[in-house]
Amino acid sequence: MQSSRYDAWVGFFVLLGGAALLFLALKAGNLLSLNLEDTYTVTAKFDNIGGLKPRAAVKSAGVVVGRVDSISFDDKSFQARVVLKLNQGVAFPKDSSAKILTSGLLGEQYIGLEPGADEKNLAAGDMIKQTQSAVVLENLIGQFLYNKAADASSGENK
Amino acid sequence: MKALPTAIGRGLRLKLVDWGWSARLLGQLLLGLGACLRRFVLVREQIFYLGNRSLSIIGVSGLFVGFVLALQGYYTLQRYGSAEAVGLLVALSLVRELGPVVAALLFAGRAGTSLTAEIGLMKAGEQLSAMEMMAVDPIKRVLAPRFWAGFIAMPLLAAVFSAVGIVGGYLVAVPLIGVDAGSFWSQMQGGVDVFADVGNGVIKSVVFGVTVSFVALLQGYACKPTPEGVSAATTRTVVMSSLAVLALDFMLTAMMFSI
Repeated sequence: MQSSRYDAWVGFFVLLGGAALLFLALKAGNLLSLNLEDTYTVTAKFDNIGGLKPRAAVKSAGVVVGRVDSISFDDKSFQARVVLKLNQGVAFPKDSSAKILTSGLLGEQYIGLEPGADEKNLAAGDMIKQTQSAVVLENLIGQFLYNKAADASSGENK
Repeated sequence: MKALPTAIGRGLRLKLVDWGWSARLLGQLLLGLGACLRRFVLVREQIFYLGNRSLSIIGVSGLFVGFVLALQGYYTLQRYGSAEAVGLLVALSLVRELGPVVAALLFAGRAGTSLTAEIGLMKAGEQLSAMEMMAVDPIKRVLAPRFWAGFIAMPLLAAVFSAVGIVGGYLVAVPLIGVDAGSFWSQMQGGVDVFADVGNGVIKSVVFGVTVSFVALLQGYACKPTPEGVSAATTRTVVMSSLAVLALDFMLTAMMFSI
């Protein structure tokens, strides 16, 4: 094996590049919070998922307990079918309910799981029965305007 | 009347010959990997010239790009009351786009030109022909080590660029402007995916490294062996590799991040 006088410097350069990649992966990226734990999947059907995206967090009491795996449309019930991957370590009662919530006013949407009271726990492949859809801003504004108009017209009639 | 069609046909044919010749050169460079691995010391020397010597320009530019991104991002984001997202903005724009692209443009200017000039002068001085006379394949002995050195050095340079840029963004956002350090990093970590963002950035920079070093070597190897020919080839290296990098970047982005 021949050696050259630049070997040490080249080694330094490669190490620096590797350190930079490591920095990007660990400090800027999410390698540390990457979920390598075993998971189990449950599904939930929502009337409207709003802006929920795959890989969104599933939280219970504010703690991340899983991730949204996939979202598809079910043309039997005309609902959105959301597959959740929950961490193996956490168990939820069978009658837990799922809500689509928003973090902050304009933040991204996540699924909030609220535990029920059933003795049995959710197992892999189970379906979460009670769900609450995302709040759609247009519907809220529409409802508000409608109520306002109804109030105003009832006020005039008196 | 026949002159125009003849000229078009001739031009097209010459272009086709050029393209075929370049493709064959690329194939030979790729096949040169075996020879390079057997004599890796040649590649190491080239990594020193292409990589280590470009570190200063890459590091300083990365730092300033990070500074500017943080300042500009902050001015816009604070209007919407989300100044903490400046870390995410800096990291995503660097890791996905600016790191690979700007590092590749700088690499073309710093290392690509020197590659073209070196090969061009070797050709002008008939060193390459002399090698062929001694039954040494100049593509395997001279061009391939430089090509593979570019392949190795470019992703590392792009990673250094992004990392230094993020540190620069931190320096402006946290000590200078006063964004909270904790939310700066946590917003960044929440939004940057290791495989989708960092990984794709690395793939991009590998593609750019291959592109820039191939264009530089091609221009050097195909140049007219005169002083004017070498200088024209050096200019073409910068123009063509920059255009190729920008066009490829658009295509790669469209493929990688289209959801």
